[in-house]
Amino acid sequence: MLTALLVMASIAVVLGALLGFASIKFKVEGDPLVDQIDAILPQTQCGQCGFPGCRPYATAIAGGEAEINQCPPGGEEGIRKLADLLGREFKPLSEEHGVEKPKSVAIIDEQTCIGCTLCIQACPVDAIVGAAKQMHTIVAADCTGCELCLAPCPVDCISMQPIAETVDTWKWRYPVIEIKAAA
Amino acid sequence: MLRKLFKFHGGVKPQTNKAPSTTAPIAPVPLPDRLVIPLHQAVGGHPRPLVQPGDRVLKGQRIGGADGSLSSAVHASTSGIVRDVAPALMPHTSGLTTLSVIIEPDGEDRWAELDKLNYRSTPPDELRDFLRDAGVVGLGGAVFPSYAKLKPGKEGHLKTLVINGAECEPFITCDDLLMRERAGDMLKGIVAMRHMLHAEEVLIGIEDNKPEAIAAVQAAIAASGEAGIEAVAIPTRYPAGGAKQLIRVLTGIEVPHGRRSTDFGVQCFNVGTAYSIFEALELGRPLVSRIVTVAGNVAQPRNYEVLIGTPMDHLVRLAGPRADTDRYIMGGPMMGVRMPAFDVPVVKATNCVLVGSPALFPPPPPEMPCIRCGECAKACPADLAPFEMYWFSRSKNFGKAQEYHLFDCIECGCCSFVCPSHIPLVDYFRFSKSEIWAREREKDAADTARDRFEFKNLRQEREKQEKAEKLAAKAAATREKVAAGDAATPAAAGAGAAPAKPSGDDAKRALIEAAMEKARQQKAQAAPKNTEVAAPEIQAEIAAIDARRESAAKATEATPPAPGA
Amino acid sequence: MNNSPFVRKAASVQSVMLQVLLALLPGIAAYVWFFGPGILVQLALASAAALAGEAAMLAIRGKPKALFLTDLSAIVTAWLIALSFPPIVPWWLTVTGTLLAVVVIKQLYGGLGQNPFNPAMGAFCLMIVAYPALMSQWPAAGQLDFATQLQLIFGGVREVDAITGATPLDALRTALRSAASPDSELHGLRAAQLMDGPAFGWLGGKGGEWVALGYLVGGLWLIQRRIITWHIPVAFCGALFASALVLWGLRPEGFASPLFHLASGGAMLGAFFILTDPVSGATTARGKLLFAAGAGVLTWVIRSFGAYPDGVAFATLLMNILVPLIDMKTQAPVFGHKKD
Repeated sequence: MLTALLVMASIAVVLGALLGFASIKFKVEGDPLVDQIDAILPQTQCGQCGFPGCRPYATAIAGGEAEINQCPPGGEEGIRKLADLLGREFKPLSEEHGVEKPKSVAIIDEQTCIGCTLCIQACPVDAIVGAAKQMHTIVAADCTGCELCLAPCPVDCISMQPIAETVDTWKWRYPVIEIKAAA
Repeated sequence: MLRKLFKFHGGVKPQTNKAPSTTAPIAPVPLPDRLVIPLHQAVGGHPRPLVQPGDRVLKGQRIGGADGSLSSAVHASTSGIVRDVAPALMPHTSGLTTLSVIIEPDGEDRWAELDKLNYRSTPPDELRDFLRDAGVVGLGGAVFPSYAKLKPGKEGHLKTLVINGAECEPFITCDDLLMRERAGDMLKGIVAMRHMLHAEEVLIGIEDNKPEAIAAVQAAIAASGEAGIEAVAIPTRYPAGGAKQLIRVLTGIEVPHGRRSTDFGVQCFNVGTAYSIFEALELGRPLVSRIVTVAGNVAQPRNYEVLIGTPMDHLVRLAGPRADTDRYIMGGPMMGVRMPAFDVPVVKATNCVLVGSPALFPPPPPEMPCIRCGECAKACPADLAPFEMYWFSRSKNFGKAQEYHLFDCIECGCCSFVCPSHIPLVDYFRFSKSEIWAREREKDAADTARDRFEFKNLRQEREKQEKAEKLAAKAAATREKVAAGDAATPAAAGAGAAPAKPSGDDAKRALIEAAMEKARQQKAQAAPKNTEVAAPEIQAEIAAIDARRESAAKATEATPPAPGA
Repeated sequence: MNNSPFVRKAASVQSVMLQVLLALLPGIAAYVWFFGPGILVQLALASAAALAGEAAMLAIRGKPKALFLTDLSAIVTAWLIALSFPPIVPWWLTVTGTLLAVVVIKQLYGGLGQNPFNPAMGAFCLMIVAYPALMSQWPAAGQLDFATQLQLIFGGVREVDAITGATPLDALRTALRSAASPDSELHGLRAAQLMDGPAFGWLGGKGGEWVALGYLVGGLWLIQRRIITWHIPVAFCGALFASALVLWGLRPEGFASPLFHLASGGAMLGAFFILTDPVSGATTARGKLLFAAGAGVLTWVIRSFGAYPDGVAFATLLMNILVPLIDMKTQAPVFGHKKD
């Protein structure tokens, strides 16, 4: 009886030590959760989720303060990835936060622009160049299509234009699986 | 002389169907009504247009200038009037348009003034610029700008220059006919390339199903008297004409994906490219035409010398297309791309216009599940396991597909060719590759946006902090002065200021009172500018600043600030 | 409309399966010659059951029946079941085994190309565990006429023990074990002498060795047709031969000879037709060698020390489990990444 107890106890101690050692030795240095969530978010910094930027939203999701379906630019695919990462149930995009739109860039109508710099201040990624009383223009390559510059413009000279597919961005389609209907 | 040849793994032997188009010599093509010359015809940056609608151009005149570090010029293929510079349908499966120059020929076909070049006396950089501006690109189908490949590797010289005359794709015979008819001139181009690359030996690889071409090239080598150039007959097996496979067969060297072949002492050019280098250097003629095979569902398959920009249907009409024609394919049946329309232009990449019909190229039988028979792996010339990549591509597990070396796939089509389950394997790999590229682009864009957003926040934060610090410093300075003023000269706060309370130990209160007094005074005198609406703290600060200014102007020298006052 | 390549080799799953069926014919011919036409009845029963099971499952799963029923893969499974079961098992056993193979082991995993285990061998193992007696009764060559066979297959009451014996493999092992005990009348006899009985031929079981030879001929034809590669048969036979050789060389009186192992039981059928099933087997060249060699050693271990008469089926299933790991670890280096 005593021997059995001792054997069991020593096995427990040895295995426990082994597990402890393994957990230190083979520790997986994972990204903190917020970084992983932030990596999935599209970084448009548009604030449609109700948070001032992607990272605050990522922090809120990690803290359980926000749902995963509040990011319209990330779209359905983004929600799926978040659901996978967090082990939560997929849910469709929340309507109050907006709808999924094709990726666009802002275009300033340079004839109308009065050079008020309000859009420059609104742009979260500094993708608008210009100075006071000077015409502004969008750096299209850096524009995330967040639409934050539309509202402040006093003369409504900014519009969103969907990005057209070019031969450089064209993608091969998923091969259609042709199986004849049941005969 | 027998040279030791090497083997590449896999490969297939589709029916070659080459004989019918080799019976007649290369024929000219009458000028079409309209030439549509896309500006972007080669790998690299999009050339910028150099002409405007209404301009008169001459044959060989540059109409698109090379733009960026890797780009190649484009030229008018005949003389005429530029009708438009606008997006036009490009010869690409996508059916997308690209900026093109549309020229209406004047029928004279008059050459512009041409510059020739003595390549032996020209510095290498100048020579490469010349070839870039002559629009010479790889004519085997990859259309990589040739000037960028004409640089010897780090060692400054090459062991072997491989010239690709293998032409392994079924139906295509343009290189075969070029070698038969123009071997001598082609050889001059090869000698020039050898000079630029400082290559020890030149091996011209030709599949052994082209004995006439081999004989012609051998005769040309003998006639030229050049040493160290050899035409080598290689076994006919698709894809022996893939650059990597040909280098392997001739030299035994395997150039891995993503590495430069010059790092291994080898470089490879197509025979057509060699000929256009001859034309550019010795005749001064930029690349304005190429030999194109018209084959497939036509009455008389044949090779034509075609101006770049000629609509394909204009060309095919000469060969007599049959009534059931349903598509044009640019290239061969193994790797060719389906054209979105019949009137897309012939471009530098067009080695063949393959005319298709449902009878000639029937749709594949229904796709069955993969039975892992391994036929695709046996056929793969890149030693891949296509069925494994297929599982992962199909389930969109792109990371795993890349682990199985998806990007080493050369899309030769051997796996789809042999698959007993009729799975369009290459389509899955093309899909996966373009998805991966798209994701990388998206990720890069997101990373840039994140960086810029974080930088903007940082900048705003820093500006705010700097402002606050500046204000704090100023406030502190004022405080000191007020305190010092209390101690030394009671009137230091200003001529019109109320007498300072003698409570020198409480500098802060003095400061506030001085500021408030000042504010009261100013308010009484005149409401100054835009500070009225400011918050009381700010007004206080402004008052403090004003007070400091005045005191600084009047009584500073006498009372230098003492620390700890 | 499809993309390139626009041309294809004339190959199909159907033609692959058809060639496998054709390759089985020499073995079947020898089977009929030595053991009577009862096996043909079993083949027909199994084929019918396989097609019925497949059709039902395809209908339930909403898959195109015409396409998958004509791919012949179910028939291959059915034939392998019929050929690996004893020829006189009752009809319901063949039918149940075949249905299990097609419905559970193949279709429930996703149908053609998706099953991790070889369906025929899975069915064999399930049946031998469930009906060990019925699955162990093998008639000797020429022992039963067609009428008796039919009666055994379709008849009700059986007195099989009276008319059939064990497989030659089983018989030899039993004899070897009794020869090892000092109070047996067989004590001291060597394997070669023990094989003097009527059940044994010049290599393995009487008649059975010719059937094995038939499979060998068909298998070589498959290699010549490039349907299968040499790796699996060579590695399996080599491993079985080598592992048998070691102990037989040390104690020939205690173990069966390597050649006996190769010529008996399901060794040849396994080497050329079962382990070479691409769906459940390894696919890389090195993987095939490893997979088949493992199966060869396991077959010998089960035959020599296990409770069941033949080890091919269990060895196959055990190695099937390892296939994903083997395939992953034996990927050949790709073009340009080789170290040579």
